[in-house]
Amino acid sequence: MARSDVQLMLDVKAGDEASFDFLLQKYRSPLVNFLNRMVRDQATAEDLAQEVFLRVYRARKQYTPSAKFTTWLFRIATNLALNSVRDNRHQRMGISLDAPADGEDSAPMELPAREPRVDQRMVERDRVEIIRRAIWSLPEKQRAAVVLHKYEEMDYVEIAGILECSEGALKSMLFRAYETLRVELAPLLNQPAAPRGGEGRPS
Amino acid sequence: MKCGEVEKGLIAFVDERASATERRDVEAHLAGCPACRTRVDQFRGIANLLGEVPAIEPSFGFDARMWQRVAAEPQRASWFAWLVPQARLALSAAMLVALTVWMVKLPANRPQVPVPTPAAVTASSDQDFDAIKDLGVLENYDVLTKFDALSESATAEPQLHDKAQSDEPSSND
Repeated sequence: MARSDVQLMLDVKAGDEASFDFLLQKYRSPLVNFLNRMVRDQATAEDLAQEVFLRVYRARKQYTPSAKFTTWLFRIATNLALNSVRDNRHQRMGISLDAPADGEDSAPMELPAREPRVDQRMVERDRVEIIRRAIWSLPEKQRAAVVLHKYEEMDYVEIAGILECSEGALKSMLFRAYETLRVELAPLLNQPAAPRGGEGRPS
Repeated sequence: MKCGEVEKGLIAFVDERASATERRDVEAHLAGCPACRTRVDQFRGIANLLGEVPAIEPSFGFDARMWQRVAAEPQRASWFAWLVPQARLALSAAMLVALTVWMVKLPANRPQVPVPTPAAVTASSDQDFDAIKDLGVLENYDVLTKFDALSESATAEPQLHDKAQSDEPSSND
């Protein structure tokens, strides 16, 4: 009989490292994907995912099953992701302020509001990459809500628990996020996806 | 219902997780609102687009790196670890200083001998002397040396008083 996540965690608390490995195998991929969609960098996402597991491991002795295990796990992940995104934004802003005004090598700052519209980018960018960028252009909390809702397929109560907001606030957040995506991805809406294997490049 | 009143329920309607009441409200609104019908269709399109983004796999070596980090964690807090937090260290130092100060002041505050009671005063002169010889206020050499004289004068005083009374009539005379 399969043990529940809570039971596995209680076993970890009792000193069973095999149960920790079981949780690691079960959640490493969902966590890395969630974090990758949040921070848009696989190496950073993996570092953060390891940090999540490490925090779970450190907290094993104090663990009490007061909330659903995944709520706890993804709350840690969300907080780490939001901090990482904010730190990176501050770093980028710092770089742009210090960079020479007309430096030849200075890359344009990746602020979503200043990026060219989707229809302008389509000629040179991959369809999937456009969707990724549209997700990434959402405000952090909206992005987390969309990713948890769409990719982790969590219910509203659990997502609200992770984001520490009411269910009503979460639904409003999701509505606003989809409104933004509706505008950002409008050119793709009437364009059917290319068959798999061609990786969605527009013809 | 107005558009703003159903918008919260639109995503749940699209992903078919809306409650029966929520679904009924949205359907009733959509029947009379072409703009929201378009919006719902586009939301379904967005949900499909999001589904096109493939998942990634954690890189090779993820688990090995993870276990390396776990192995680097201290397994059990040693007695020395208790001392490390600064607050505990400061508290211990403060308690040590307070204890030292209290112990230095302790002898001055404690009475060396019990204060003699009126009953002790009436005891024998030897016992009186033993009782009061160590008192701080009597550590005066003159007082100590004249102790006998003082005790005599105390006993002699009634005699002098009697003598004075017996002398009075003669003086009046």
